[in-house]
Amino acid sequence: MEGFLHQIFSGLANGVIYGSVALALVMIYQSTHHINFAQGEMATFSTFVAWTLMQHGMPYWGAFFLTLALSFVGALVIQRVVLRPLEKAPALNNVIVFIGLLLIFNACSGWFFDHTIKSFDSPFNDSWMFDTKYFSAHQFGSVFVLLLVLLALYLFFRFTSVGLAMRGAAQNPDSARLVGIRVSWMLALGWGLAAAIGAVAGMMIAPIVFLDPNMMLGILLYGFAAALLGGIDNPWGAVLGGFIVGVLENVLGAYVIGTELKLTVALVLIVVTLTLKPNGLFGKHVVTRV
Amino acid sequence: MNQASDRKWFWIGSALVLVALLVLPFLLKNYRVFQLNLVMVYAVAVLGLNILTGFNGQFSLGHGAFYAFGAYTAAILMDKFGVPYWATLPVAFVVCFVFGTLIGFPALRLAGHFLALATFALAVAVPQLLKYKGIEAWTGGVQGIVLSKPQPPFEFRLFDQALSPDRWLYFFTLFVTLVMFLLAWNLLRGRVGRALVAIRDHPIAATAMGINLPVFKTLTFGTSAGFTGLAGALGGIAVAYVSPDSFTANLSIFLLVGVVVGGLASIPGAIFGGLFIQFVPNIADEISKSAPAAIYGVLLIGLMYLMPGGVMGGVHRLWARLRARTEG
Repeated sequence: MEGFLHQIFSGLANGVIYGSVALALVMIYQSTHHINFAQGEMATFSTFVAWTLMQHGMPYWGAFFLTLALSFVGALVIQRVVLRPLEKAPALNNVIVFIGLLLIFNACSGWFFDHTIKSFDSPFNDSWMFDTKYFSAHQFGSVFVLLLVLLALYLFFRFTSVGLAMRGAAQNPDSARLVGIRVSWMLALGWGLAAAIGAVAGMMIAPIVFLDPNMMLGILLYGFAAALLGGIDNPWGAVLGGFIVGVLENVLGAYVIGTELKLTVALVLIVVTLTLKPNGLFGKHVVTRV
Repeated sequence: MNQASDRKWFWIGSALVLVALLVLPFLLKNYRVFQLNLVMVYAVAVLGLNILTGFNGQFSLGHGAFYAFGAYTAAILMDKFGVPYWATLPVAFVVCFVFGTLIGFPALRLAGHFLALATFALAVAVPQLLKYKGIEAWTGGVQGIVLSKPQPPFEFRLFDQALSPDRWLYFFTLFVTLVMFLLAWNLLRGRVGRALVAIRDHPIAATAMGINLPVFKTLTFGTSAGFTGLAGALGGIAVAYVSPDSFTANLSIFLLVGVVVGGLASIPGAIFGGLFIQFVPNIADEISKSAPAAIYGVLLIGLMYLMPGGVMGGVHRLWARLRARTEG
């Protein structure tokens, strides 16, 4: 029983990470109707930037926020320079460009920061008051940080005019343009936000899985499974889906199938969700008008 | 130029190309022949994916999985059951067809980016599945399976070069490739091809025309997987070695890249796709030792801007411009 509880709790902690990657996917999906394949690699790159900053003697939180800002600006620039000319292009061209970005970021992570596995410090050390038997301080801390991010996002979209404009641009770009919203810039903002969220996820997971250029590949898949499970148009669903996927992955890995097949869990989850409940657990049923 | 003389030139050109292809391996070193062999293998794999993505509009970033299954089917049949290499190809096709149909069914629910990501999950999971302990007795686990290259059935010399196993396999692959391209051409130029394109361009109108959407889409997935699986079997025989780590997610990415580079919905484009997959990583490697993948990525994005229709799209555009000039 003790061990089982332990598995569930560490599953929940991983689930938060998957949830945040899912959240980033949902964010980009809602604002652009694209799925960014490079999301994971961009997050890894951001984490490397944070690592470098810390190696040069920056305090953790300073590096954390500077990285967020850099990721935001970086993704904004990428959207403006690389993706804007392709806004009207067919989906396949976009996918290919995303793949190109994925390859570039992955290669650059390895090139600039080399391929050795690095440890990444956690700001929440063991002397923290929440360090309990089931939950390490870092796990607790990362849950807290990500819930904070979620809250901030909610407040941003609900109560600020920029957030309202972004929602408008996503829901009905033509009408949004007519009322004076710069739709294209809203897309860029969405990219920036998603990159920042991804960076948070990267910095939170790096102390657990260690930092290397391929850190996020599996996590991106789990994130996608979480997003689908929760319903791809529902941010809260994405986070909940993340928890479910995290717990399932851990419990199944520990008791049923062993650690070798953990990635297959994501695949099976994706296929099963799509076959049995294509809109996810909390997604809207979309009816398209012919 | 009128139609009849167009056609005549087409046949003369094809015959010349065929002769060149038959003589070529005797003019090159064994290693180059082996590389050309792989170009054809990748061309068939890209052709399979192009049937799905180019003609039917379904994305797949997981075709490396079918390539892997095909290669493993051939390897296991040859290694454990002593089946001759040529007999493994139809089996690989059927196995991958069944597998592709099974994957194609949940894929009905997905479009565009989602399908790409879901199939990508398949591609990422494959190396793990192949390493799985439970089937190690068949797959050889992490070690993979080492095969021996088939020996040529007769002796032959041309330009003082013997018919080596690599050269023999080249002819074998050439023959299979021609058959597969003919099959694809026949499949796609008629009723079925039109149905696939109709589904891609306007699914609702296609349904209204009486096309059974789920059946067509699932079977297309199966056929496409079958083509790629057969290519995998050819590749496995040519390389004479299969292991889980030769079928990473990158392979799937490269296949889709090959489709886009060659040109969507273009059968001859698949050949350029094969050339790209085989040779461009080497070129990228020569430009920058430290980050060949980055060069590759930059090339890809650049291509999307300069030639969104792929090589065949570029060729068609050039051809149209030349025609307009000579006639106008």
